[in-house]
Amino acid sequence: MLGPGIAWYLAAGSAVFAIGMAGVMLRRNPLIMLLSLELMLNGANLVLIAFARQHGSLDGQVFALAVMAAAAAEVVVGLGLVVAMARRKIEIDADLLSRLRR
Amino acid sequence: MSAGNILVWIVWFAAAAGCIGSAVAVVAFRNALFSALALIGNLISLAVFYLLLSAEFVAAAQVMIYAGAVMVMFLFVIAYVGWDKDIAWTGGPNWQTLGGVVSAAALFAELMVVIVLGAANDLKHANHVSADFGSAASIGRLFMSNHLLAFEVISIILLVAAIGGVILGAQRRRRRTMGVKS
Repeated sequence: MLGPGIAWYLAAGSAVFAIGMAGVMLRRNPLIMLLSLELMLNGANLVLIAFARQHGSLDGQVFALAVMAAAAAEVVVGLGLVVAMARRKIEIDADLLSRLRR
Repeated sequence: MSAGNILVWIVWFAAAAGCIGSAVAVVAFRNALFSALALIGNLISLAVFYLLLSAEFVAAAQVMIYAGAVMVMFLFVIAYVGWDKDIAWTGGPNWQTLGGVVSAAALFAELMVVIVLGAANDLKHANHVSADFGSAASIGRLFMSNHLLAFEVISIILLVAAIGGVILGAQRRRRRTMGVKS
């Protein structure tokens, strides 16, 4: 394998995961929290694919595709919630999501 | 070190810079539209990583499905709800901000310790893979044989999510038309 070893890819993946985690905890806009969740999922995906390459087995890549499908499902539901907030004229703020119950 | 090896290192560092920089931009931009555009850059630089790890099909799916379809949906919703009403970073640094940064940094430090320890032991050598490693044909064969259950579960999850999205989006309109009629 040319270039950096697996550990470099793992480091990049965990950096993306940590940045996404900070975004989920710091931001209050649900849209940007969803974007940060995507960052976390993609960091995990990079680690999955790096380990698939290390072990020479395609199972990691298959489950990276499964994670992508799960991320798409999560985006659909999250964006549905954001649209529901916008339709009820609720300010787009994660702290106000509980107002959807009314 | 051969010329090809140096080239791969250069590509790796360019992708890493794009990846980390755009990830920070996603979190730091005040405007949600810019955050979504930065996430597209992040997804594309991750696709470069996937190509370096000989995951061609996943890289193509990442660019087409993720950076294409999913992010277009994101941009539509951001345009629908408006991107200028963000209330991020108000009130200056508080305990929540501090806790978020510290815990994310702690998690990253922990992961780096594990990776460095693992790199000293058995992460060093990556084995050689065959030419069709990561091709669409081999992944499709695996999906249809060993991971058929996962494939079916994914399809059901996507169906349920689509129904849930429709229900979440349609609720308000139904209630309003009922109100008008009564």
